[in-house]
Amino acid sequence: MPQATDLRKMFNIQPDPEAALVALAGNPNTGKSTIFNALTGLRQHTGNWPGKTVLQARGTFIFRGHKYILVDLPGTYSLLANSAEEIVARNFLCFARPDATVVVADATCLERNLNLVLQVMEITSRVIVCVNLMDEARRKNIFIDTECLARELGVPVVATAARSGQGVAELKAGIDDLVRGRIVPTPRRLVYDPEIEDALTRVEQQIPGEIKELFNARWLAMRILDNDRSTLDNIRQYLEPAEWGVLRERFKYCPT
Amino acid sequence: MEKILPLSELPTGQWGRVISLNARGMIRYRLLDLGLVPDTTVQAVRRGPLGDPIVYRIRGALIALRREEAGQVLVTPL
Amino acid sequence: MNQRNGVSCVSGLNTAPPEASTGAAGENCPLEIRDRIVRTIYREAEAIAARAVRRDRPCGSWENKVDDLLTSRLLGFPLMFLLLGAAFWVTLVGANYPSQLLAKALFWGEGRLAELLTWLGAPSWLHGLLVTGVYRTVAWVVAVMLPPMAIFFTVFALLEDLGYLPRVAFNIDPLFKMAGTQGKQALTMSMGFGCNAAGVMACRIIESPRERLIAMLTNVFVPCNGRFPTLIALASIFAGPAAGPFAATLTVAGLVLVGMLITLLASWLLSRTILRGEPATFILELPPLRPPQPVRVLVRSLLDRTLFVLARAVTVAAPAGALIWLLAGTSLEGQSLLARGAGLLDPLGRAMGMDGFILLAFILGLPANEIVLPILLMGYLSTGTLVEVESLAALQNILVGEHGWTWLTALCTMLFSLLHFPCGTTLLVIHRETGGIKWAVLGALIPLAAGCLTCLAVAQGVRALGLL
Repeated sequence: MPQATDLRKMFNIQPDPEAALVALAGNPNTGKSTIFNALTGLRQHTGNWPGKTVLQARGTFIFRGHKYILVDLPGTYSLLANSAEEIVARNFLCFARPDATVVVADATCLERNLNLVLQVMEITSRVIVCVNLMDEARRKNIFIDTECLARELGVPVVATAARSGQGVAELKAGIDDLVRGRIVPTPRRLVYDPEIEDALTRVEQQIPGEIKELFNARWLAMRILDNDRSTLDNIRQYLEPAEWGVLRERFKYCPT
Repeated sequence: MEKILPLSELPTGQWGRVISLNARGMIRYRLLDLGLVPDTTVQAVRRGPLGDPIVYRIRGALIALRREEAGQVLVTPL
Repeated sequence: MNQRNGVSCVSGLNTAPPEASTGAAGENCPLEIRDRIVRTIYREAEAIAARAVRRDRPCGSWENKVDDLLTSRLLGFPLMFLLLGAAFWVTLVGANYPSQLLAKALFWGEGRLAELLTWLGAPSWLHGLLVTGVYRTVAWVVAVMLPPMAIFFTVFALLEDLGYLPRVAFNIDPLFKMAGTQGKQALTMSMGFGCNAAGVMACRIIESPRERLIAMLTNVFVPCNGRFPTLIALASIFAGPAAGPFAATLTVAGLVLVGMLITLLASWLLSRTILRGEPATFILELPPLRPPQPVRVLVRSLLDRTLFVLARAVTVAAPAGALIWLLAGTSLEGQSLLARGAGLLDPLGRAMGMDGFILLAFILGLPANEIVLPILLMGYLSTGTLVEVESLAALQNILVGEHGWTWLTALCTMLFSLLHFPCGTTLLVIHRETGGIKWAVLGALIPLAAGCLTCLAVAQGVRALGLL
């Protein structure tokens, strides 16, 4: 089984036992880069994701004496459709396993942004939702009940207006609480129709134990059901052949 | 019997409800990711100066689609 | 029907142990399952949003009205050209005075640097290399580039902050579709106005690899910031005196229009030859229009773009200045290397409406387009160094008075500046982004061919028609 630090190195993240790794996900046009800048200030580097022509921005910040490495994932609407951006974002969440993931959502069209939030919550439970552009929403007479949203989602929610710096301190505190275990999210579980649920259970039972430790088994079962070749190919790429072999044996999956 | 027409034929300003998608493969995935699943309400907002693409309001966002893509979404006018 | 297929798929696909698997998991199954997954997620999103979001009566939205205007059938295109023209005009008029001021300050600095070197007892070759080679070239690049760049980038960043650029992509998409590509190419072109290397990087937003390559190869047809000063200076000299800055603006805008038309034409040709294919899917989100925040935009465009591009230009200009000083200072049989090179190129240059020095300046300007005009002047003055060209009048005197430039020379030089190989940085970026030397070579050859053909045609046409 590859070490967590080795997996993170594959995404250009230098191991630093002192620092927690935080991913920043979100739809395009949600002010995600404004949030990134507000959190990291000038302590940032840009480069490419390994092997991809997709921009990778990394930065650090210190809060309450703890160091955080923030990685800006490409802006995507989904993690399903397999564009280069979506593959990068999904692989990072799956294989680098960040200690916390901030999903930035646009307060002016929250419903659409929840699509990505719910998808991220299927991969990792260590999620904090940042509802940005609150000022703009207010201007359009849209009001978000963040407490209700947090209850519904089962993860912490912070409201921000990053252009004017509002809520950024709260976001840092939220990340810190999540990473230090002061908050333990209980993400809402998506319930599919009975046939899919039934199939999911059966697939899940067949996933070997050591792989269940690495992934949310339900999420992986769904990828197998969906015949998501890209995810399965990447599992082969990031994990050791033995584990891959077991998966392939069980599910008769033939890589292209 | 409800009237069913391609989204590209929905008159500007009018709302419609998605019935189904005709697209296959990657285009279908893209349209799904926009939230164009059955029962979603969509509004044709405005046409471009040259008549195409057309801007649609989908789940609060403004999305421009060409005739080719919008034509693969079937809607019933509301 | 579909529903039934879906059921059998779900229960048959992959869930059973291998020996019991029917192996009939067809290609249709994932489609069906994916639909149901996405549907469930969005249903959930709807339900959550219904509880957590409250909408009061939507206020009279100015966004809608402005959006209607920006993309209207009648005004959409005129507004686009008007805004582009206005951006050029503001740049042209606004940059003039600060440029002169900056030039004065920098050349005052040159005097002090020279005194310092003398005081230190530096040998004369070092003095020449550092002061008349490196410092002057850098000073020229800064004085000529900084003001228009700071203004143009800011104006553009304001339009970007407003959310106008995606509207341009939306308006213009049918034209690009006819050329076999798509409207997002217009977004990459608008980045190209700042810097072609940045424009090529911006092509990442185009998903279809074929369309992305076309956008990369044609980005150079948008004049970048390194070429604008040349276009502006020549337009001011040759179109300006008659009708003032307005005519100069029109000339520059006309050239930009030519560049756009050639972009469409080249994209069309590429779509029908080496990058054959049909236009791919086009899905473009139009983010809400937002009132721009001038101060934030100004700071960000200065820090993120202006200083970044300027720093890169300076790092290229400094060694280039030294090299050109050496070329101009080294004589072979009584003629400097610079003059010899120009002599060789002269027949070709004349055929294309220019001369050998102009062509040589473009070739030596490969590292960065900003240094083309300075090199040309060094060559013309054959003092081996840049002279202080305080005003456009002095420049006009050198070009027209001493080197016989006509409006045809100016036109062909401007056209060739618009249509020739991109700078070295851009070529490197094309190479890096495509992972192949082939596309970088094509990225140089295609615009070069376009430029040579256009200049030949214009020069020969004008001469044949006896317009000159």
